[in-house]
Parts: sequence; C-alpha cells; structure tokens
Amino acid sequence: MTTDLQLDAHVPEGPIAEKWDNHRFDVKLVNPANKRRYEIIVVGSGLAGASAAATLGELGYGVTLFTFHDSPRRAHSIAAQGGINAAKNYPNDGDSVHRLFYDTVKGGDYRSREANVYRLAQISLNIIDQCVAQGVPFAREYGGLLDNRSFGGAQVSRTFYARGQTGQQLLLGAYQALERQVARGAVTMHTRTEMLDLVVHDGRAAGVVTRDLVSGDIRSWSAHAVVLATGGYGNAFYLSTNAQASNVTAAWRAHRRGALFANPCYTQIHPTCIPRSDEFQSKLTLMSESLRNDGRVWVPAAGDERSPDLIPEVDRDYFLERRYPAFGNLVPRDVASRAAKREVDAGRGVGPQKNGVYLDFADAVNRFGRAVIEERYGNLFQMYDRITGEDPYRVPMRIYPAVHYTMGGLWVDYNLMSNLPGLYVLGEANFSDHGANRLGASALMQGLADGYFVLPATISDYLAPLLGTKPVPTDDPVFRSVEAEVHDGVHKLLATKGSRSVTHFHRELGNVLWDNCGMARSRESLEKALAEIPALREEFHSDVRVLGENETLNQSLEKAGRVSDFLEFGELLCRDALHREESCGGHFRVEHQTEDGEALRDDENFSYVGAWEFAGVGAAPELHKEQLEFEYVHLAQRSYK
Amino acid sequence: MNLKLRVWRQNGPNGSGHFEDHDATDISPDMSFLEMFDVVNERLVMDGREPIAFDHDCREGICGSCSMMINGRAHGPEEGTATCQLHMRKFQDGDRIVVEPWRARAFPVIRDLVVDRSAFDRIIEAGGYISAPTGSAPDANLILVPKEAADAAMDAAACIGCGACVAACPNGAAQLFTAAKVAHLGLLPQGQPERYERVIGMVETMERYFGSCTNHGECEKACPKEISIDFIALLNRDYVKAQFKNRRLAAQR
Repeated sequence: MTTDLQLDAHVPEGPIAEKWDNHRFDVKLVNPANKRRYEIIVVGSGLAGASAAATLGELGYGVTLFTFHDSPRRAHSIAAQGGINAAKNYPNDGDSVHRLFYDTVKGGDYRSREANVYRLAQISLNIIDQCVAQGVPFAREYGGLLDNRSFGGAQVSRTFYARGQTGQQLLLGAYQALERQVARGAVTMHTRTEMLDLVVHDGRAAGVVTRDLVSGDIRSWSAHAVVLATGGYGNAFYLSTNAQASNVTAAWRAHRRGALFANPCYTQIHPTCIPRSDEFQSKLTLMSESLRNDGRVWVPAAGDERSPDLIPEVDRDYFLERRYPAFGNLVPRDVASRAAKREVDAGRGVGPQKNGVYLDFADAVNRFGRAVIEERYGNLFQMYDRITGEDPYRVPMRIYPAVHYTMGGLWVDYNLMSNLPGLYVLGEANFSDHGANRLGASALMQGLADGYFVLPATISDYLAPLLGTKPVPTDDPVFRSVEAEVHDGVHKLLATKGSRSVTHFHRELGNVLWDNCGMARSRESLEKALAEIPALREEFHSDVRVLGENETLNQSLEKAGRVSDFLEFGELLCRDALHREESCGGHFRVEHQTEDGEALRDDENFSYVGAWEFAGVGAAPELHKEQLEFEYVHLAQRSYK
Repeated sequence: MNLKLRVWRQNGPNGSGHFEDHDATDISPDMSFLEMFDVVNERLVMDGREPIAFDHDCREGICGSCSMMINGRAHGPEEGTATCQLHMRKFQDGDRIVVEPWRARAFPVIRDLVVDRSAFDRIIEAGGYISAPTGSAPDANLILVPKEAADAAMDAAACIGCGACVAACPNGAAQLFTAAKVAHLGLLPQGQPERYERVIGMVETMERYFGSCTNHGECEKACPKEISIDFIALLNRDYVKAQFKNRRLAAQR
C-alpha cells in the first residue's frame, strides 16, 4: 500500500484568470503526424465520453470506445431536462465568467477547487458556440438570437435550453460528432460491451477488461491511456432519478486498482421529483428544476385534507418564499430539498401518502396564459400527467426530493488525471467541479467542458513522453491475471444459486442508504448503516440467485455485478459521511446545523477533499487530503435569504 | 389487477422462438408497463425460471431503449407514449396482452424482446451530423436562426431513436427516423453546406438495411414523440433536389 501517497492537484501558477491559458502553453504537445501512434480507450458514451471520443478522434488519436448501451445515444445524459449554463451574458443582466465561477463555488458550499471551477466558467462560452455549430436546436428569440432562462442558485439568466430536452439535444450533438468519427475510422466503437476491470501495469493505467453483453466474451484491451466517463453512483440508493443501468462499476473497479475515490458523501437530492407511489416503483422521475421559475412551492399551513383548489391563500404556506425572500422558489437544490423534507416530516405533506409538497402553476397560468406555460414546460406537464394521471394545468403538481446526482467521484488533478498515471476521469464520474452541491444546468456544462475542451488539451502532456512506446500487449501476464479475476467473478455469481433475486439485495441496500445516509445523516444512523451493509453484502454473496449462463445476453448477471459493487461502495459512502463532521451542500449532518436548521460548515477542519484509498473489501480505507485554498472567493455562510 | 400475458421468448439470435403464457397477478394500476414486467420477472426468478429479457433504461420516455410490441401496437395503446411511460391504468382487469419484440428485418432479435437496432447508427454515420470540429465554432449568436426554423428543427430532433416507426411499418421502412434527422439538420442554417450530400448518404444507407416507404402512415401513429409524417415529404423533396444540387455530383457530370 502506498501510504506515502501525496496528492498534487497540479494547479498552474498565476492569477486565476490566466491559469488555463498559461497551462495550455506549458503542456507538452504531440505533433499532428504522431497522434495516430497513440491508442486511447474511452469508457462511456454520455456527454463527457462521446464528446471526448469525438474530439480525440478529430485530433488524430486512435480511439476505442466502449458503451454497455446498444447505442451511444442511450446514455443517461439524454434525460437531462432543464438546460446548460454559460456566462455569455447575452441577456445583459450582469453575468460574467467571474460571476459564474463565484456562483458555482458558493453553490458548491466552498468545497470545490477554485482553479477548476474558473476554467469551467471560461470554457462554458466555447461549449455553447460548439453546440450551436453542430446544430443543437436551442430555444430562440423571434429575432433569431439565443434565448436564456434563469435557474436555481443564480440571480442572472444564463441557462440555454432546448425545450425540456436539453440533455437529449446536447447528447445527440456529441453522438453525431462521434458517429462522424466512427465513419472516418478514427473511433472504433464497441456497443453492448461493459468494462469490468482496469488493468494497471507498473503503476500506470494500461487497459481494461470488458465483457461482451451479448456473447459473454471476456476480453482485454490495451492503450496508452484510459478515459473513464462512466457517470455517477446515485443508483446505490436503488430509487433515484438515474437510469436503471447507471452504476458505479467502472469507477469502483478502478478504485480497487488504486484510484482514489473523493468525497463520495456529496450526493445531491433533487427537490422536484414525483413522489413515490408504491413499493414496486423502479425509479423516481425528475421534473426539471426550471419548473421552479414559474411554479410556487407550498403546503397547507396546518395539515389540511381539503383539495388544493379549496385551500384559500391564507391557509397556504409558501415556505420557500417565506424563508428565503431574496431567492424564493429559486434557492439551490440542497436548500430546497431540506425545506421540503422539513414540511413533510412535520406532517404537512400532501398527496395520498402525505409524502410531497405542491408545486403550483395557477399564478403563472393566470399571468402568462396557458399557451406560454405550455411552450415552456409542455412536455414536462405531459410526462407528469402520464405518470400520475393528474393534469398539472388544473391541479398543482406534487413533488418530493430524490437522489439525482453525485458530486463525489474518482479524484482527479487539474488535468483530469487520477492518481494513477494514464487514467483520466471525466464528467459525473470525477469529483472535480461541483464541490458539495451542484447547481442546476451545470452537469451538462461540466461533462462537455471535460470532453470537448479540457481532456483534449491536457492528455498530450502525458502522452508526449510516451512517443515510440507500444501499449502493453494484452497477452502480458498482468492482463491475463485480471481477465482471470473477471472470469471468476462472473462465474461465482452464477454458481451461488441462492434464494433471493439481485433486485432484492439492491432494494435492501437502497433502503439502508436512504434511511441512514440520505437527506439527513447522523453519527448514529451512519454507524447503523456501517453495521448493516457488510452483513447484507455477505448475504448477497451466499444467497443471491442469478439464473442463466454467461454465454448469452443475461441481464440478471449484468445487474448482479453492478449491485455487488454498490454493496462495497455503499460502505465507503457511509464512512466518508461519518468522517465529515460538518454539514455542507448535499451532505447534511444533523449534529451540525445552525439554529434555524441550515447547514453548518467547519472550514477550519474540513476544508479539504477527502480522497480514499482502497485497502480491501470491508477494510478501513486510508484517507488522503487535498487542502482547498480559497484566494478569490470569500468563504461565507451561504445565505439565500 | 390480474392480467394474462403472452410473451415472445427466444434464447438467442439463432434460436427459433415461441410464445409463452404468464399470469401477471396483483398488479397495481399505478405501475408502469415495465414495472409490471419487473414483477413478473421477480416471480419467474423465484420459480427458478429465467426472467424475460427486455431493453429499458431511463424509464422516463427519452432514452429510446424500450421497445415492446403490445397487442400488435408499437409501445402499446396510448398514443405519443413510450412503453416505459405506459401505465397499467390504461388496461382493464382480466386483459389478455400479447407482447412481442420489434418485428423488422433490419432489427434482428438478440434475445426475447431485445433487438439489435444498430442499423440506425449506420444511417447517422452516413451523414447525420454537421461537420463542426471542436474549437472551430464562431460565437453562437453570430448564427441567426429564425425561431420558426429552430422550433421546427426541434420538433424533428425530438426523435428518440426507439425504432417504433420501423416496427409499425408494414414494409419495415425507416423513413420517419431518417426524415427526422435530415429535417432537424436541414432546417437550420448550420446544416446547409452539407444538406444535399447528407440526404443522399443517409437515404442510400437507409435503403441498404430497411424496406421502402409506401406512405402507410403507421410510423407517425406509432411514434412516441409524435413526429410528423410531413418530414418524410421534406426528405423526399430534398432527396430529389439533391440529384441536381449536389455539387460533387455536378462536378463529375
């Protein structure tokens, strides 16, 4: 074990506004004719993976892409609804790169790396240009210029959007750019192929081992560098807004091979999701946060059985507007979520199970007319109607928070390289830019910044000195041994032949995490979870039932591998939450709150990135700290009042 | 609710396949169609039988993975709705429901209800993009796009690539899918330089894999995003125009 491991973020010198420019000048370059001598593996085809693979292919590198979906277009980035931020200041309302930077660091509750966030804000400008050039049909004004809207956590309108399908349109833009490179032969794509392990040779990432989900073939692939863009771990909670297949496997297996996992306890609970209706529910559906622009959140002031239209204004409590007059319904996600939880916990919840709060559009419909509201949110209203059978033009929506996004992820430096040389991590899979809480419309921005602009500029610094070297051959013993481990893992799951389904264990784990490490956490609840998870994991390995075989499409087997990793990862999530004796952003410890129930940070002792080193399943991981320095943003208690 | 399911089972791409009957009992009307399948599958596993394979992922109607032929209709009885957003309240207690995979020569069955739709990716590779290398774009507001054009392009771009149009078509044609992408890009100023080359490349690739369109209109009816068949007219017009306008071809004549 490398106990002397030192975390160096490699943040460039100089004033913050010049760091990225200086760095791009300082990095080593690979000349255009030599790029084809390098092989790069990209895992994941969402916004970050597709944009990275397309751009690296354009530059001339040899790229091999793996996705477990049948097409890159299925990646869960597709489901992002609301929009993408950029500091264009087209509305002339006072926005700037510095303001986007400032809002993001503040919104992240001062737990992100300043230099990364500043760069993100700078690059936000290029992303919009790039996407428009690709033909992303963003919303327009009548004069043909781009339209913007406001979003939670900001007092300017800087969000670009394509109806309620912004993620879809951005992903299709990246997917099409990627397919163009596939057609050119610059990118080789393997669909329905899942990465099941990382191969490390001489301390460097040397390749991956994959399983073909249709034939069951387990195979090794080697390259000069490996890029993981494999998304977040929200599905550890079983019920979340993530897609069914979203998982932590690629990141977790890299962690087991030595990559540090940073800040896993920073999980975002999104305030506007449709409340759970029954125990068979397989996922929670998000209603875009943009709805809070025009919807007003309220509950009956004193628990009320009347139907909402019969409750007069005086008996309603618009609790966000009351508690946060400056930001009102547009407070950041963590603040809005906790406020809703407080109302429901106090017995003022609405709906058949009293597990939601109202999001009411009556005022907006009166002010703007139904046609305007329909144009802004038509598809969302339709989706709500389909799921609940209620028409939100007439009846207020019912919403409640749900796990949505995970700010934690594999630790990376300024170049997006993990502590393992040659392993890069992009998008939601890394920990880098959102601190303890992500602002709305910033995930799309980060995924595309990482893939289109950051990685293509930084990866040459690592590759240049490798000129003339060949990737480690896949018949090297190190590949053979990892392949054998993967093979054994798969066959062990099939051979257990227990009595309970994979879903049973996933649901149990989700309950443990949601109850004990969800919107509010305490020492007591976390210790309880840390006692329960290892027991559940043992039960899984002795009693899981995975039918069928390896050699065909076997969805239970795929899922079993992912749940097995969640059962290991869940423990790290709780350990991190237990060690962080403060509340910040998406991490709320009940022991650490202000008198009026807001998150209480401890900057003196916890102003660091907590990066964990794997020490074996069930063994206590080792904590490494990257101190966070704030030179440009003044640390303050966040206030949205 | 209690339902009687008749589901297509097929062990692999080369298996022969057959229908199998399953009882779906104690189903809540609030469940989605796929959640009903989850319940059936859980019970199958408990009985020691392999669960029914089906594609699904986001379960909010946008990823385009789910693909079930329900009582002969792509994505089932509710219009403008993907299978994952179809809820059991649309069915009656005691209903008999036949569930099949997409039926189209271009979408071979992989297992049970899972089919291979990669032919769609081949169509996109043949020109379904605007060549805009990263970093080369001008400021976004330098390109003015009339709101009507942006809105119409968005209507077409809403396609989720699920393949219901192909499954519903008696000819197994992919005209609606192809037309939607050609229209999305061709309606925008950014898409003009490659407009005619694009339509030729995409149409010719489409014809290699899929059947021919004879204007049945089933595709529009089946589309979960209600993409208009008018886009096919636009596709045909552009394809004809391209025969004259394609500059590369013109130079060769």
